[in-house]
Amino acid sequence: MDKSMYAIEVAQLTKIYGKGDTAVIAIADATFQVKPGELVAILGPSGSGKTTLLTSIGLINEPTHGKVVIDGAVVADEGWTPGLDLKRLRREKLGFIFQAHNLIPFLSAIENVMVALEINNMSRSEAKNRATELLTSLNLGHRLNNYPTALSGGEAQRVAIARALANKPKVILADEPTAALDTENGKNVMDLLKKLAVENHSAILVVTHDHRMVKGFDRIFQVSDGRIIDEETNGN
Amino acid sequence: MNLAIRDIRYHRGRFILTSIGLGLLLGVVMSMGGIYRGLFADALAVLNFTKADIWVVQQDTNGPFAESSRIPEDIKYRIKAVPGVAEASPLSFQTIQIERMGAQFRFFLIGYDLDGFGGPPEILAGRNIRQKHYEMVVAKGMKMAIGEKIRLGLHDYTVVGITGKVVSSGGDPAAFVSLADAQDIQFKKDNDAIRNDRERIGANLSGIQTLSPAQAKFLKQNIAGITETTHTVNTIVARLAPGADLKEVQERIRRWNHFRPISVEEQTKILTKGMIEKARMQLGLFRIILLVISAVIISLIIYTSTLDKIKVIATLKLIGSQNRVIVGMILQQSLLMGVIAYGIGYVLILLTYDKFPRRIVLEPFDLQMLFVIVIAICMISSFVGIRKALKVEPAEALGG
Ligand SMILES: Nc1ncnc2c1ncn2[C@@H]1O[C@H](COP(=O)(O)OP(=O)(O)O)[C@@H](O)[C@H]1O
Ligand SMILES: [Mg+2]
Repeated sequence: MDKSMYAIEVAQLTKIYGKGDTAVIAIADATFQVKPGELVAILGPSGSGKTTLLTSIGLINEPTHGKVVIDGAVVADEGWTPGLDLKRLRREKLGFIFQAHNLIPFLSAIENVMVALEINNMSRSEAKNRATELLTSLNLGHRLNNYPTALSGGEAQRVAIARALANKPKVILADEPTAALDTENGKNVMDLLKKLAVENHSAILVVTHDHRMVKGFDRIFQVSDGRIIDEETNGN
Repeated sequence: MNLAIRDIRYHRGRFILTSIGLGLLLGVVMSMGGIYRGLFADALAVLNFTKADIWVVQQDTNGPFAESSRIPEDIKYRIKAVPGVAEASPLSFQTIQIERMGAQFRFFLIGYDLDGFGGPPEILAGRNIRQKHYEMVVAKGMKMAIGEKIRLGLHDYTVVGITGKVVSSGGDPAAFVSLADAQDIQFKKDNDAIRNDRERIGANLSGIQTLSPAQAKFLKQNIAGITETTHTVNTIVARLAPGADLKEVQERIRRWNHFRPISVEEQTKILTKGMIEKARMQLGLFRIILLVISAVIISLIIYTSTLDKIKVIATLKLIGSQNRVIVGMILQQSLLMGVIAYGIGYVLILLTYDKFPRRIVLEPFDLQMLFVIVIAICMISSFVGIRKALKVEPAEALGG
């Protein structure tokens, strides 16, 4: 089977925090694949290991056991693949969206998007054009020069989405992106992610504990105590 | 995009206030350097404008500035006669403190031979002293006008000329009078004092049993004459003829066994190493303390501003920022703060240095050195912040 047909491949992924008596098995033996353009929800109560699953795939937490393949590259197999430039992989292949928007407070909306492009070595003028384009497509054309404190929660989260999309990542990882928003804005953000999965052909993994938010997702994983206990597949 | 500048722009109030505070501190550091250079310049002012090669003073003294020295005026003839000496001229120095316009006023009175050298280095207004008596040339620092009179000793002296910035080694402004006047002011007693002296000497002499009354009377008259002589000076300065050997001339004068011929080089050492060494160390220590305080302040500010940015740094790391982006942000902020504070300190000192009571001399070299030190301090001070930033885990960006 051609490896690159999946954006994400996870096999027997296990993450254990701590050692000995205090060890916590946050993710146990997770195995799944996500294709480009697929929108996947990870549902589960607080403390069930959703964030850990995301950070283990997202090159932030080193998996204790198992294998992680991103866009055809084996990034972890019983620990990180030696010699990997994790930062570079993160900025080139991954886009992150957080619960709190995590915008940089001293940068305007457009600069928050530009910073992601410039650390990926895009020239300033190119970065400016791409950021303007992205923000305009997310209906933020009138907010380019506002600082995060001047944006509404929904606007700020859309700027954060623009930043995650900036480098056209193969994989977008969102950790409770609607938790800080009201229902209406939360739905809008989820709709936006659905649209982006299709348009950008990105694999999108969205963590949430609100099952009302996952309508229209391609697949829904139920997580409990670090295990994927159920998988629902929609449509097709 | 420069993150350091964006952050500063966003928090400009805090940044400007901090920079002003640091700027004041650096201004004080600069002024202390300037005060030291000023002490130096003041200490050497008289030595420099006199342009003598040898200062002949009383034996075993470091005169005439660091210690008191008294020598007879007529030695000048013997010094002039030494082979290799082109000119010799007597000088007298005294510090005078009088009440003027309701305040204590100190100045340095220089008496010089009108036909010799060592007089006012330049005349900015009025003229030089022409009369042998009761005329005076004052330094600008005396703040006196031409024609103004001042009472010194038994007589009034009239200001006839103004000279440039001449000060004593203690920084007091200088005034010039003829040597004869200076000697009068320094040594001549008023008539009451003279009568008292004569009586005392007479009484002492009458106590000597072996003297006949006639002998005693004769002695009394002669001794009174000696005690009233004013032909004493503090130093005799000499200039060498071209090609003359300094060491040889010094050796000849030294052989007379009553005088010490001090070369300019030795005199400079006496003035700087002896008289202002402690002040130099004091000021140096103060500067170091202030620089350490600046370093602590910069470290603290950079560290707290890094703590404020933990989430920003974690987010930057998470989205894949290189370490140089984060280190650059912190280091540039620190450097910018140092440079701006230096600029503020510099402007401050430029605006105020001539209003200090004592001379402040700003040497470009000192200022450049300080700039280099400030930059070094900024770099070192930002290390604590940078260390903290490099330890931040990208996972810290997650969660509320
Ligand atoms: N850095 C960590 N060190 C130790 N335990 C952790 C750490 N992060 C999470 N855990 C533990 O792992 C489990 C899963 O946490 P998490 O992945 O944050 O769950 P969720 O995102 O579903 O709320 C929890 O029991 C949590 O306490
Ligand atoms: Mg979580």
